[in-house]
Parts: sequence; structure tokens; C-alpha cells
Amino acid sequence: MTPQMADAAAVPQEFASAGAKGPAPVRVVVAYGFWIFLLSDIIMFSALFATYAVLNSQTAGGPSPRTLFDIRNVGVETLCLLLSSYTCGLGSLCIARRRLTGFYAFFGMTFVLGALFLGLELHEFSGMVARGAGPSRSAFLSSFFALVGLHGAHVTIGLTWLLFTVAQVVAKGPRPFVLRRLHCFSLFWHALDIIWVAVMSLVYLMGVRA
Amino acid sequence: MSEETARQEDAAPGDPAPGIDQGEGDGSVLSYTVGLTFALALTAASFIVSQSHLFWAPGLAVGLAVLAIAQMGVHLVFFLHIGSGPDNTNNVLALAFGVLIVTLVVSGSLWIMANLNSNMMPEGVMQEMQK
Repeated sequence: MTPQMADAAAVPQEFASAGAKGPAPVRVVVAYGFWIFLLSDIIMFSALFATYAVLNSQTAGGPSPRTLFDIRNVGVETLCLLLSSYTCGLGSLCIARRRLTGFYAFFGMTFVLGALFLGLELHEFSGMVARGAGPSRSAFLSSFFALVGLHGAHVTIGLTWLLFTVAQVVAKGPRPFVLRRLHCFSLFWHALDIIWVAVMSLVYLMGVRA
Repeated sequence: MSEETARQEDAAPGDPAPGIDQGEGDGSVLSYTVGLTFALALTAASFIVSQSHLFWAPGLAVGLAVLAIAQMGVHLVFFLHIGSGPDNTNNVLALAFGVLIVTLVVSGSLWIMANLNSNMMPEGVMQEMQK
């Protein structure tokens, strides 16, 4: 045993460096890298949140948040996303225990709830554009469509990704690399929920009272 | 170096906490269910606070922000399983850096823009000066 190794062994385990424990397993490295991506995604969203917070009173004589938003619609959207996050979590527990039927059922529910959310959001957007409240109407509406639209685009990508990963489970079975992709997907889906909480509070709930 | 000290791994984000998820137990289902319950309760509270007129209107934004941050915390702990254990240090440090940058971007933008706004000349003053 070299002196360095003796030192490493003397350090309490929770403070031991990565080197002392050997390389981390691929699963941990992949999930950590994806976690870094999610945080950078959240930072990108924070720029749009700041833009919206600065511009949301600049309505240029057009419709204001108070007249535009339907709070009941937002409540149903929130419920869809929360429940889809829950079913996504239960689905990942199922696949971790190799219960494939439960996994398909829960991820199917996740997809349906996500698609329901997206449908409600697109319905809201098209209604706004039809009323002349499109993104080009005012600075408020430009920043609204940029922020909420980007979240909607993330949900769309998430739903596509969900279909692809579930197809991989069907085609290749629960192999380690498929499970890693599923794990990244569920992290992505939970992170979208966190962003939606901020959208719901800042844009809609504060908007209808502003 | 003994084998058992060498083999404790870092937890990946989203990994169930080792204390909760042992084998076939339903502990993790419980974690997700508790998370969903808290999240639904906080969402309901946000909607009630914003819809009822019982609350002092100028304090509403702060109240909604507190509820939103609490709900994000619930999502992080119960859905993403970002915990305080030693195996989670890397994840928490990355999160802390993310929160720092988000705070700087959001509060810095609001501060600068509010400052610029209050230092702007009122409408029409520029035309007056050019006469």
C-alpha cells in the first residue's frame, strides 16, 4: 500500500474523493451530466422569465394579462402535468423492478396527460391569436409566447422522446443503456414540472391579479 | 483499503434515497405519493391565494413566490430525489450553482431595468429641451 492510498483510507468515507473510490458507474455519470444540462436549461428559462417580468406591463394598448388568461384552463393544465410527473415516477419504479406491464401502463398515462396538457395549451394559444392577441401585438405578448411557448416546445420534445424510449424498451428490452435513457427522460419530465410551477405562478396567477 | 469503504457510490439525480428504497418495499411509491400530495396542496393554495380577495393585494406577489419556491423544493426532493445525504453532494452543488446563476439573471435584470426605467426622462421632456 502506498502512502497516498493509506491517506485515502484514513479519510472518512463521506469525504473521500472520487479518486479514492474509483470511477463512478456509467449510470451515475450519465445522470449527473444530464442534471447539468437540465440546470443550464433552467438558466436559459430564467432569462425568459426575467424578460417576461420586465415586459409584462408593456401592453401597447392591447389586451392585458388580466383580460386574457383563463384561470380554470391553467388549473387543468397544472393538474395534468403534476399527475403525469407522478405516473412517470411510478413507471420508472416499475421498470426498475422489471414490471413491464405496469411500466407501459404508467408511461401510457404519462403520455396521455402530457398530450392533454399540450392540447389545452395549443387551444389557448390559438384562441389568443384569433382574438388578435398574437405574439406581434405587444412586448408583453411577445415575451409571453416566448416563455410559455418554449415550455410547450419542451413538452413536445419530451412526448416525442417518451415514444422513442418506450419503443426501445419494446424492441430491446430493459437493458442498461435503455434504462439510462429512460432515467434521463424522467429527470427531464420532472424538471419541466418545476418550470411549469414558475410559469403558473409568475405568468398566470400573478397576471390575473396584476 | 477495505472493500466496503471503497464501494459506496454517489447517487445519480433521481435515484431513490438508499434509506427509502430497499428491495421490493413500496417506500419509493410512498415518496412519489407524498410529493404529489404536497404539490397538489401547494398548487391549490396558490390558486386560492390568487383568486380570493381575503389577502392584502400588495403582498400577493410575495406570497405566490413563496408558495412557488416551496413547491419547487417539493419537486426537487420527492420527484428528482435531490437530498442532503453525502452521496448527493455533487448534485446539490450543481443545483446551488444553478440557483445562484438564476438568481443573478432574474434579480439583476429586474433591478437594472427598474433603475433604467426610473431614470428615463418623462414623455415629452426631450422635445421640450430641443425647442
